[in-house]
Amino acid sequence: MAYKMPTQKYSGKINEVTIGTDLKIGGESVLPFYSFDGDIGNKPAIGMEIWDVYPESWPEAVLNIFKDVVDDPVKWAKFCIENYNPDFICLKFEGANPDGLDRSPEECAEVAKNVADNVNVPLVIAGCQNSEKTAKVFTKVAEALANKNFVFLSAVESNYKEVGAAVGLAYGNIVAAESSVDLNLAKQLNILITQLGIQPDRMVMDPGCSAVGYGFEYVVTTMDRIRLAALQQNDSTLQVPMILPVSFESWKVKESIATEDDAPEWGSQEDRGVGMEISTAVGVLAAGANAVILRHPRSVEVVRNFVNQMTE
Amino acid sequence: MALNGMQIYKLLPKKNCKECGFPTCLAFAMKLAQGNVEAEKCPYMSDEAKAQLAEATAPPMRTVKFGAKDFEYALGGETVLFRHEKTFVNRPRFAVMFSDTMSPEEVDKKINNINAVDYNRINEEMYVEIAAFRCESQDKDAFIGLIKKVMENCPKVVPMIITENAEIAAAAVNECADRGPILYGANGENYEAMVNLAKDKKLLLGVTASGKESLYELVEKIQNTGYRELLLDAGSRNLKNAFDDMVNIRRTALLSGDRTFGYPTVAFVCDMAEDKMMQLACATLFVQKYASIIVLSDIDYSMALPLFAHRQNIFTDPQRPMRIEQGIYKIGDANEESPLLVTVDFALTYFIVSGEVERSKVPSWVLIPDAGGYSVLTAWAAGKFNGKSIANAVKEFEVENKLKTRELIIPGKVAVLKADIEDELPGWKVVVGTEEAATLPNFLKNYRQAVS
Repeated sequence: MAYKMPTQKYSGKINEVTIGTDLKIGGESVLPFYSFDGDIGNKPAIGMEIWDVYPESWPEAVLNIFKDVVDDPVKWAKFCIENYNPDFICLKFEGANPDGLDRSPEECAEVAKNVADNVNVPLVIAGCQNSEKTAKVFTKVAEALANKNFVFLSAVESNYKEVGAAVGLAYGNIVAAESSVDLNLAKQLNILITQLGIQPDRMVMDPGCSAVGYGFEYVVTTMDRIRLAALQQNDSTLQVPMILPVSFESWKVKESIATEDDAPEWGSQEDRGVGMEISTAVGVLAAGANAVILRHPRSVEVVRNFVNQMTE
Repeated sequence: MALNGMQIYKLLPKKNCKECGFPTCLAFAMKLAQGNVEAEKCPYMSDEAKAQLAEATAPPMRTVKFGAKDFEYALGGETVLFRHEKTFVNRPRFAVMFSDTMSPEEVDKKINNINAVDYNRINEEMYVEIAAFRCESQDKDAFIGLIKKVMENCPKVVPMIITENAEIAAAAVNECADRGPILYGANGENYEAMVNLAKDKKLLLGVTASGKESLYELVEKIQNTGYRELLLDAGSRNLKNAFDDMVNIRRTALLSGDRTFGYPTVAFVCDMAEDKMMQLACATLFVQKYASIIVLSDIDYSMALPLFAHRQNIFTDPQRPMRIEQGIYKIGDANEESPLLVTVDFALTYFIVSGEVERSKVPSWVLIPDAGGYSVLTAWAAGKFNGKSIANAVKEFEVENKLKTRELIIPGKVAVLKADIEDELPGWKVVVGTEEAATLPNFLKNYRQAVS
C-alpha cells in the first residue's frame, strides 16, 4: 500500500490585519506553519520592546546593549531599527504607572509622537499595569497618533469601552483585546469590542502569555483551541490575529533574573534570559501567534531565522 | 484499521450466552467497537479471533520502551494531536550527540556538560536521558572506545548507537547491552540484519529512509518480519521538512488510523542548526509537535532550563493540574523576621507568586498549605483554603519555631478569611495582601518599611 499523506482542510481563515502602512499579519487558513496543508498567510511579525523610561529592572547584560540610548526612547527605537531590523517597535509606557513615576497621559503622548515621527516602522503602544491609567494614556496617545494604524496593547475587560472608543473609533488605530488565558473570556471580549462598532479586521488579540515553565501549557492550549475554533468551526469572533508580548513575561522569571552570584551553577544570566525568551516565542508561534514582542537582539535574530526557515 | 461493530460481530461465537454481561453477541460487538469493554469478557472466542480483535482495537500509536532499570523510558502511545483533547502521555527525551571523530577534549566537554545539568523542578528530575553515538570513522575500536568512555562517565544516560553497519552495530550493542541501548540505522539495505540484532537483544530500533514514502515502505517490510519496537526518521535534516515529517507521521497514525506510522519519531536537531540558540528554537518546536527523541549537539543550563520546563508544562495532564509540594519556601535570603505570605498549592499560582516575590527583591517566606491543588478562589470556594488548612500548615511546618514574625500576608482576593484565620491562629495578625500577584513587589517594598 502506498503512503497517503493526511491533510486537514479548514473552512475558516484568520483575518488579515495591516499595522501601520504595510505590515500585514494573519491571513492563514491552516494551523501554524502547516504549509503542507495550505496557505500559511503572512509571516509572523517580530517586534522589539522599548520603554518610555529608564528600564531599571532589566538585567544588566541586556541594559548594557542599549546603554547609550536607553535614556531616550527615540534614540532607543532608532538604535533597534538600525541594528536589528524589527518589523515593529513596542513602546511600553511603564513610566505611566501610578505606583511609579505616574507620568501624565499628555507627557506620554508627546513621547509617542516623538518616536513615531522619527522611525519608519509601525508602533505597538503598550500601557502600564494599571488598566484605568492605561486607558487614559491610550486616549491621549491615540489622539496624538491618529489614523496611524498602530496597535494599542491592550484593552481588557475593565477598560475596553474607553480604549475601544478612543483607539478604535475616534482615532483610527488598532485595538488589541487582552484576556487571561481562557478561550471563553477571549471570545467574549472580542465580541464586546466588535459591538462597540470596531471592525474585526481592525483588531488583534492577546490571549494571555506566560514564560515556558510557568503555566505555559494553559497558554498553548488556549491558543490551540482558539485557532481550531477559528479554522475548523469557522468561528468569526476568534479569527483575529494574535500578538504575544513574550518579553514582558520571559524576562521576569527566576531563570532570567537570577544573577550569576545567585545561581553560579546555571551559568550566563544573559544566555538563560535569551533561552527563556526564544523558547517562549517559538512555543507561542507554534500555537498560532502572528506577532511576538522580544527584548534581546539575539532572540530577535534567532526567532527571525526560525520564522524564515519555517515559512520560506 | 479499526473494525466496526458488524465486522467484530462476525468474529464472535454468536451464542448469545450473556456471560459477557451483555444481552446478545451483537450488543457486545457494538460495545467492543466503541472500546468500552475488553474482548477478554467473551469466554468462547477463538484465539485467532482474539488476535484479530487485539490488532483491530490496539491504540493507533504504539508505546515502545528503551533503557534499563531506573533509567527505562516509554515513548509514543499518544492518542490525541492536541493535549486538550485528552492528554499527552509520554514526554520526549533529550539526547546529546557524540561522534567517534570528535577530539577527546570535545568528548570530555560534553560529558561534563551532561553531568552538570541535573536538577529538580516541581518533583521531576531533569537531566539528559540519552547519549547518541554516531559512528563516522567506520573504525569499530574507535567507536567502542568512545561509547565505553561516555558510559563510564555518565551513569544516567542510555546509549543510542547510530550506524548503518550491522557488524559495528552488533559490537557496539554488546558493549552496552545492560543499559538497554537504542539501535538506530535500519535502512532499505541492512534492515534484515538490524532487525535480527534488535530482536535478539529486544532493543528499540531506529528506522531511517529518505522521505515519508520510502520510510512507509520500509516500515511495512519491517513489520512483516514481526518486529514492532520502532523509532521513525523520515530523513529530513532541515527544520521545515522535519516539522512536516513529525506532524504528518503523527497525523497518519492518529487521524488516518494507519499503524504503519504508529510509532514515535526522532528529531536530529543537532543536524538542523549549529548555533545552540537555534537548536533550542527547533527543539522547543518539536517538544510541542511531535518528536519523541530530540537530539542536541550539547547541553547547558541556558538550553535545559527552558526546554525541560516547556516539556514539563506540555506533558502535564489537563485533568490533573500540577501541584507544588506543601511546605514553607524560602525566597531570597529570608531570615526569621522576613515577611511571611501564604498562597495555595496549585503550581501555577505558586510560581506566579514566588516569581513576583523574587522580583521584589524582598527576602520572604511563602507558606503552602494543602489547598487541594486549586487556584486561590477555587480552593476557597471548595473549602480547601481556609483558617483550618492554613493553621494546620503553620503547625505542620513548625512556622512558629522557625520564624519570629507573627504576621501572615494572605491573598487580597480572600480578604474574608482574615477573621477565620486569626481565630484558628491565636497570637497571629493577618494582613490582607494584594489582589493580583503582579502588584506584590510594591506591596512588599512598602510592607517591609512598615515593620522596620
